[in-house]
Amino acid sequence: MTSDVHASAAPARRGGLARALLRPRTGGLGLLALVIALLPLALPNAYAYDVAINAGLNAIVCVGLNLLIGYAGQISLGHAAFFGLGAYASGILTTRYGWPAPGALAAGAVLVGVLAFAVARPVLRLKGHYLAMATLGLGVIISIVLNTESWITGGPDGLMLDDLTVLGWTLAGDHTWYGIVGVTLLLTVWLALNLIDSPVGRALRALHGTEIGAQVVGVDTAHYKVLAFVVSAVIAAVAGSLFAHYAGMITPGKAGFMKSVELVTMVVFGGMASTFGAIVGAVSLTVLPQLLVAFEDYESIVLGLIMIGTMVFMRRGLFVTLLDLAKSWRRS
Amino acid sequence: MTLLRVETLSKQFGGIAAVDGLSFAVEAGTIHSIIGPNGAGKTTVLNLVTGVYAPSRGAVYLDGAMVSGKPPYELAACGLSRTFQNLQIYTSMTALENVMVGRHLRLDRRLLPSLLRFPGVVRRDEAARDRCIELMEFVGCGRYVDADAASLPYGALKRLEIARALATEPKLLLLDEPAAGLNATESREVDAVIKKIAAQGITVILVEHDMKMVMGISDRILVLNHGRKLTEGAPDEIAAHPDVIAAYLGAAA
Repeated sequence: MTSDVHASAAPARRGGLARALLRPRTGGLGLLALVIALLPLALPNAYAYDVAINAGLNAIVCVGLNLLIGYAGQISLGHAAFFGLGAYASGILTTRYGWPAPGALAAGAVLVGVLAFAVARPVLRLKGHYLAMATLGLGVIISIVLNTESWITGGPDGLMLDDLTVLGWTLAGDHTWYGIVGVTLLLTVWLALNLIDSPVGRALRALHGTEIGAQVVGVDTAHYKVLAFVVSAVIAAVAGSLFAHYAGMITPGKAGFMKSVELVTMVVFGGMASTFGAIVGAVSLTVLPQLLVAFEDYESIVLGLIMIGTMVFMRRGLFVTLLDLAKSWRRS
Repeated sequence: MTLLRVETLSKQFGGIAAVDGLSFAVEAGTIHSIIGPNGAGKTTVLNLVTGVYAPSRGAVYLDGAMVSGKPPYELAACGLSRTFQNLQIYTSMTALENVMVGRHLRLDRRLLPSLLRFPGVVRRDEAARDRCIELMEFVGCGRYVDADAASLPYGALKRLEIARALATEPKLLLLDEPAAGLNATESREVDAVIKKIAAQGITVILVEHDMKMVMGISDRILVLNHGRKLTEGAPDEIAAHPDVIAAYLGAAA
């Protein structure tokens, strides 16, 4: 039914280049690499690069979040907090404690992984609205801590970071960051596609379909929900660390409730249970507000109308709906 | 040899006893049917045995080990699998993927090898795919291998659930009304599939309303009424039993 998974699940033997190109792990990933490689030709200035880099970072978070929301069918309204914790871990460890940046990034990822694991078990016992409430609460708590513990987080003013240095190399400048984010996005997509088409991914999709139906064939559903939560949280943390170094500063707003909602909206807008849909959603909703600046005071209204229109007429998300249209058009 | 033993099993829902002090045993390699009028507690017994419900009292033993109270996914690892009266299909996956989830416990389920797509994961997935295609052909829905599960007709979905349950390589397979909603031809086909399953040495517990099927393939029949055992025996004994006729027809025989 939905885009990428099923193509990949089709028997891989009857090979041929055409078939390989239609499979997400070869064709989809290849196409994404091509777009990322060629896009700089169309980026006229530093501002455009900035938008592209932010879109890429959002896409990384959304590809991870989609594993939880789209595939495992569990909502989270607190993922910006994991993004923020990753960012703050990098900021605090590098500036206040002199850690090397890669070490700080890894520490942030581990910290978020442990935290997500600790809260996931009780929180994921809840379903639907209650799960949304609990994750929302988690996000709000973390955001409050980041706001008030100003002795270490800098409070509402946030935290300034130095340039990213890896093994003595200073990584700065739009082109470098574009490359870093592009490669990280490709890597994240590759990992996500692998996971979805593996025993673990099938277990996630199965429990989304019916928990009892998954349990009777041996799927420990609670375990796999926690797993999806932790994996998506760690991916968000890594993106947060990168963001902090790229932007050179981090403020609590990036970990707040509005950012969480924005991330979920991106996943739904692009199309749930589709890795490339998550990217399309993240990129669309990062770029659109920039393009709509022309409408000045009416910017938010126009954006809102576009979003409402998309969800009314493309209920399953922009990318998934268009892909299905393309498929049925090709068949006929 | 006794594969499954159920001892004084009870399940209360509020003040109502859906199953009340039920004891029975299932011999390995047999087809053991559970029949009874609507509301007799057949599906509840199945849910108790497969861990969907925890019993209020009593115990279930599989191969001599007590298994009651264990969650369904642990019971699956003990060799117990089932299908559902109201289908439990993963509708966003393909038919083949549905069956492949049945291989879950037989595959490499570690996170890192899956994320990095280790050659071992790919190899075992390929083998699982072949095995599951065989199973789909075995139950008679081989032509739907590449189809989305959501697009399958009802009869095929019933078979798909059987294939998924078989993919776990169970010792004991519990079928909850596999012929419900099927026409006579389909029903006969499912009948043949169950016989083939039993011929492979898999013990089958069958809950079914189709008396022709039950009488034709069962080695033993357990009759429930109001959550209690009415009687138990071979098909010809059951067919002639006055209490059974009374319970079904609601009249003194």
